[in-house]
Amino acid sequence: MPKHLISIHDFSKEEILKALSLAEEFEKNPSRPIFRDKVIASIFFEPSTRTRLSFETAANRLGARVIGFSDAGNTSVTKGETLKDTIKMVSNYADLIVMRHPLEGSARYASEIASVPVINAGDGANQHPTQTLLDLYSILKTQGKLTNLKINMVGDLKYGRTVHSLLQAMSHFSPEFLFTAPEELKMPNEYKEYLNKLNIPFRETTNLEEGISDSDIIYMTRVQQERFTDAIEYERVKNVYSLRQDMLENAKPNMKILHPLPRVNEISQDVDNSKHAYYFDQAGNGVYTRMAIITMLLGVNEL
Amino acid sequence: MEKQLKVSAIKNGTVLDHIPADQLFKVIDILGLSRSGNQITFGTNLESKLLGKKAIIKISDKFFKDDDINRIALIAPQAKINIIHDFEVVEKRVLSIPASIEGIAKCMNPACVTNHQNILTRFTTITDSPDVKLLCRYCEKITDLKNLKIISNF
Repeated sequence: MPKHLISIHDFSKEEILKALSLAEEFEKNPSRPIFRDKVIASIFFEPSTRTRLSFETAANRLGARVIGFSDAGNTSVTKGETLKDTIKMVSNYADLIVMRHPLEGSARYASEIASVPVINAGDGANQHPTQTLLDLYSILKTQGKLTNLKINMVGDLKYGRTVHSLLQAMSHFSPEFLFTAPEELKMPNEYKEYLNKLNIPFRETTNLEEGISDSDIIYMTRVQQERFTDAIEYERVKNVYSLRQDMLENAKPNMKILHPLPRVNEISQDVDNSKHAYYFDQAGNGVYTRMAIITMLLGVNEL
Repeated sequence: MEKQLKVSAIKNGTVLDHIPADQLFKVIDILGLSRSGNQITFGTNLESKLLGKKAIIKISDKFFKDDDINRIALIAPQAKINIIHDFEVVEKRVLSIPASIEGIAKCMNPACVTNHQNILTRFTTITDSPDVKLLCRYCEKITDLKNLKIISNF
């Protein structure tokens, strides 16, 4: 059992499945104060709403006390304290650290400094493994299985860390991928090579309407304006990769739409009431999966 | 004959030959020779059939550990290492690229934590193609040789 969760590849297939089955238990009964004697530090060096609140909810439902900060602005960081010193100090206070930091690799570094388990709640554009686990949990819950699914990833496949981590995690479960993205934001070659090595089939398209009818999961991501040098090109792409209710007529009945949120206009509001929409429930699943991860890292494997 | 006159022989120690001339000072940095008390002779821009212009370093009474000497494989993979005893070459060592590199190279990712805090860089080497690449242990991004910067005065 790894002591920390920094990248999704720190968890083996068995550990992923273990986390998902614990999450299922927590969903059945979310009030399990098994860590009344524990203190969990939630240290967010940059703002976040969903991730921080769901971690803190998870910790509270487990009975743990939560300390921490939600913005580095009112901490000793402004006095020039190094990350090393902050982590050393916090690991003297808490039994587990949940950390978000804008610098890539900061979580791995913190795990080398800390004497207690560290959970990476996002290190810049690098990794966000608990998002991946809640995505997997959402897929499992809506499809009843993780194996042999057709996953259509849409939007910013070049910079989107959630799609890269999900791709790696799903590769344990013989999936088939469709990558729907504009030329500028195509899936990077290193991930395609990774899939080729594992003999996992994938196709690429620039046409959103093409992949809807045979997908089990459509994983939407936000196309961010700052990725484009040309403002007109951004306007064009933004409107092309927008999912509307009328596009879903031929979708499979079991098909679900996921999105890591926040959503802007890549899913039109008329989709929200469709039976295919799952993104708000997906965010809710974050609490159960984070309860499961905290539980595993604090060394408890059975409830 | 002419070559030997330019950089004199040593009695005991290590000779690093066939260093690309433009990498000489990086090799000096990596091996920490600027802080060494040993007698050292350098030659650079010497003629070489193999490299065009090569450099050579002779260090008296110094014998490197494999781990230390292999660190120069990143920038001078074709360098030849000769161990000298009593003016004779007693051993020729071949460089091999180490599986991991600590503290020599800089991560090319400007958002990497190692470029913002005082942290020893750590990489695993990827050698599946002729061009070695470095995978940062922290930000998980790849630095290729084209973008490799050596940390000086290390």
